[in-house]
Amino acid sequence: MTIDQIIFLVVAVATLIAAFRVVTTGNLIHAAFWLIAALFGVAAIFAILHASFLAVVQVVVYIGAISILFIFAVMLTRKDMRDQGPQLNRNWGFGAFLAALALVGLVFLVHGWSGVTKTAPAFPSEFDAVSALGNALVSPDAYVLPFEVASVLLVAALVGAVYVAYNRK
Amino acid sequence: MVPLSWYLIFSAILFSIGLFGVLSRRNLVAILLGIELMLNSVNVNLAAFWRYGTVTNITGQVFAIIVFAVAAAEVSVGLALVISVYRKRNTVIADEIDMLKF
Amino acid sequence: MSTETIIWLIPLPPALAFFLIVLFTNRNKALSHTIAIGAALLSWLGSMIVFARALGVEHFGEHPFESSINWLPLAGSWFKIGVLVDPLTALTLFFVAWTVLMIFIYSVGYHNFGQPEGDHDQKGLPPHGATVEEHGNKHVVPSVEPMYSRFFAFIGLFAFGMFTLVVSDNLLTLFIGWEIMGLCSYLLIGFWHGKKSARDAAVKAFLTTRVGDVFMLLGIAYLYSVTGTLSFREIFTETTLHALQLIPSGVLGFSTAGLIGLLLFIGTVGKSAQFPLHVWLPDAMEGPTPVSAMIHAATMVSAGVYTVIRMFPLLSLDAQTMSVVAFIGAFTALFAATIALAQNDIKRVLAYSTISQLGFMIAALGIGAYIAAIFHLITHAFFKALLFLGSGSVIHGMEHGVLHTGNHKVDPQDMFNMGGLKSKMPITFWTFLIGGFALSGFPIVTAGFWSKDEILADAFAHNLPVFITLAIAAFLTAFYTMRQITLTFLGEPRTEEASHAHETPWTMTFPLLVLSVLAIGYGWLGIPEDFPILGGLLPNWLHEFAGATLAHHPEAGEFHPVPLLTSFIVALGGLALGYLMYRNVNSSAEDKLQFGFLKNKYYVDEIYEAVFIKPVTWFADKAVYQIMDKGFIDGILHLFGPGTQGIGDAIRNYFDLPFINRFLGDGSANVTYFSGEKLRVIQTGRIQQYLMLALILFIAIGAVLYFFVFA
Repeated sequence: MTIDQIIFLVVAVATLIAAFRVVTTGNLIHAAFWLIAALFGVAAIFAILHASFLAVVQVVVYIGAISILFIFAVMLTRKDMRDQGPQLNRNWGFGAFLAALALVGLVFLVHGWSGVTKTAPAFPSEFDAVSALGNALVSPDAYVLPFEVASVLLVAALVGAVYVAYNRK
Repeated sequence: MVPLSWYLIFSAILFSIGLFGVLSRRNLVAILLGIELMLNSVNVNLAAFWRYGTVTNITGQVFAIIVFAVAAAEVSVGLALVISVYRKRNTVIADEIDMLKF
Repeated sequence: MSTETIIWLIPLPPALAFFLIVLFTNRNKALSHTIAIGAALLSWLGSMIVFARALGVEHFGEHPFESSINWLPLAGSWFKIGVLVDPLTALTLFFVAWTVLMIFIYSVGYHNFGQPEGDHDQKGLPPHGATVEEHGNKHVVPSVEPMYSRFFAFIGLFAFGMFTLVVSDNLLTLFIGWEIMGLCSYLLIGFWHGKKSARDAAVKAFLTTRVGDVFMLLGIAYLYSVTGTLSFREIFTETTLHALQLIPSGVLGFSTAGLIGLLLFIGTVGKSAQFPLHVWLPDAMEGPTPVSAMIHAATMVSAGVYTVIRMFPLLSLDAQTMSVVAFIGAFTALFAATIALAQNDIKRVLAYSTISQLGFMIAALGIGAYIAAIFHLITHAFFKALLFLGSGSVIHGMEHGVLHTGNHKVDPQDMFNMGGLKSKMPITFWTFLIGGFALSGFPIVTAGFWSKDEILADAFAHNLPVFITLAIAAFLTAFYTMRQITLTFLGEPRTEEASHAHETPWTMTFPLLVLSVLAIGYGWLGIPEDFPILGGLLPNWLHEFAGATLAHHPEAGEFHPVPLLTSFIVALGGLALGYLMYRNVNSSAEDKLQFGFLKNKYYVDEIYEAVFIKPVTWFADKAVYQIMDKGFIDGILHLFGPGTQGIGDAIRNYFDLPFINRFLGDGSANVTYFSGEKLRVIQTGRIQQYLMLALILFIAIGAVLYFFVFA
């Protein structure tokens, strides 16, 4: 077991525990904080994968913006700071079964795929992934159109969100 | 070196946990948290396939960026809906919002 | 402009006038008649230019003006239409253009242009007069025709039909012009459609001529199927004619040429009102007088004769056909002349005299007197138009009198109500006298003498029975003409209305003067060269010119004193006897010739009523309506009704109700209702349960696809 694998396992297990807490903890504020922990874990996974830009974006966008949004939402939708009653619905057992079934299915699919044992090629030292990504996003030959469409989607979603949440009283 | 299968299994577990959250939590905000986990597992997959495929082909990362954007849009609209529903019906419990019932 | 272009353009102005008046100017009376007369003037001008140029061509008969265009594509070739002006056409154009123009001008005065609107005139009825106040006292004056513009539109279209017919180089366009005139004659005879008699006369004219037209169309179709062409120049070639003469038609021993000629001749019988299809023409007097002149003198009836003359090379091939033609012509000439003796209506006398004179021409053709027929056609057109217009002028003068006295019971057309009009209407009298003398064949001076004399001379030379018949008819013609003149103009006025008649405006008298010049002068163009004293003073131009139309120039008949003397005797004798007999007749009761069978036109109308109309009505009512329609057709329908109802009931009871309604209709509804009832429980309204169901299905489908489809 190499040092890479140990680091990966530690990060992965921590992430999964955090994720599990997100869906099981009773206090929503705690769930939101556990989410931040899980997102940090994923950012670390990105870093291990040499996807440095994704790691930074994960921290900035997910942790910095989305998680804060969640916390605000939780605060806005609670009359008092504690939730009453059970946090899982009556069908949670069936839901757990389905989630397990999905996991089994996915693992089965991964297991049956020949490329699953593949190891990562050496990362070319002179390759600058960030600038390559930047060029790809704005190059007419590459992904400028999906990029722009995504930005329009984002604007539309934000306008829509303002419209939906606007208090007309 | 870490084999590709580890990342895939990690993301599958993360996805299933998120799915469980979506299916089982009563609180609308918590359901959205589950969705966030599922989206993240997808991003892990994309990044892993990028890393284990041709590194100079940046497509995997580009898609991950777009997933970020979609996730941000989804969360903003979703939370706006939650707040709107909360204002009108004074609840954020999914089971109590059953206007689709026969 | 080249002559051919002018010929193409001749028929167009009246047609344009028709559309202009109908579409644009029908509210403006002055503009309408200006356009119509302008159009007639243009056509007249074109005709005169063509005529003048035709005179200047050497051997015109062999080198006529002709021009044609490809019109209808046929398999491998074209059907051509075009124009042809040979000597016959040139002569016809000449008299048609003159009479048409004169009649157009005359119509302005006849329809009281410039007079006030009538007090209670209605469209479709003749004008009844208008009351005007002048110097403090009221009096009644003629009122303007309410449908003034429409009249000019119709006669414009009519003129278009006639010009088209005359300049055509083939039977098809000739027939088109022929039918346009048929339509216009229907419209114009029924012009005052408010009168039942006018409506009936219009329908009668249309249907009677239609009988002839059907046969004519058959003849055209037959001719086309045999020769493959309808062009005159192509039909009248040696080889075609010879072939037509030799091929037997298989009907009553006629040759093909004879049968075609006979069929075409039946068309003429209808159009030119020959016995037995003559009945429409006297009734057609219901139309306005310019129409009578137009249809019954100048153009339409002439068109019938023109067509027979045109087809003469074909007709003359079969002796049998020629004898039929000669018999019909001669019989009609005498038959109509006898009827004319007993008529009291001034226009009806002229109508029968027209039938009679057309019979003269047909008889002339039947005995082969080609040039005499053309000659009489032209002179007759002039003097008969003159007479009709003159009679219209008389009627107009009488209507003045009627309006003056206000006694509308007096018929302004009855000659026994007239008398003494000579001093009241001098121009009308003198021109009418000229026309009447021309009709009677007053020797030497009038055109009618020369043309009729030529017919008699030819008849004497070729066919003695025809000669005798025509001589008697000519005698009767002179007699009834003088009777008419005496009753109308001479003596004392027999009614107060007649004493108040006065002369008509210049638009009516001017055409009379022009036509009377032509009625006299035209005869001098055809004086036979070996006529005593006068012969040779003027060259027999007409004979040379018209004869050139035929491939074989007809020989001038040998001079014989018998027909000449006959002409003298019948004309002068008839005139003298007519004057002597009617000098002192003052009412129809004193008229010794008012025999019932003459008065009633030999009961031909009644015979037709009994033989054709009654049986047809009876057949229509009893056989077609009662048996066929009510019994048979309705029976079938009644059979269908309950039958389909029974089938419908059966389908409804045994198929529709149990199967469609109960099984498919109610059944599907029940199934849907039942499954809805059972499945509604899963509609909890809880989004996560929906999501679970979707996920189960998703996993199931994925598993199936993975293990069974893509395995």
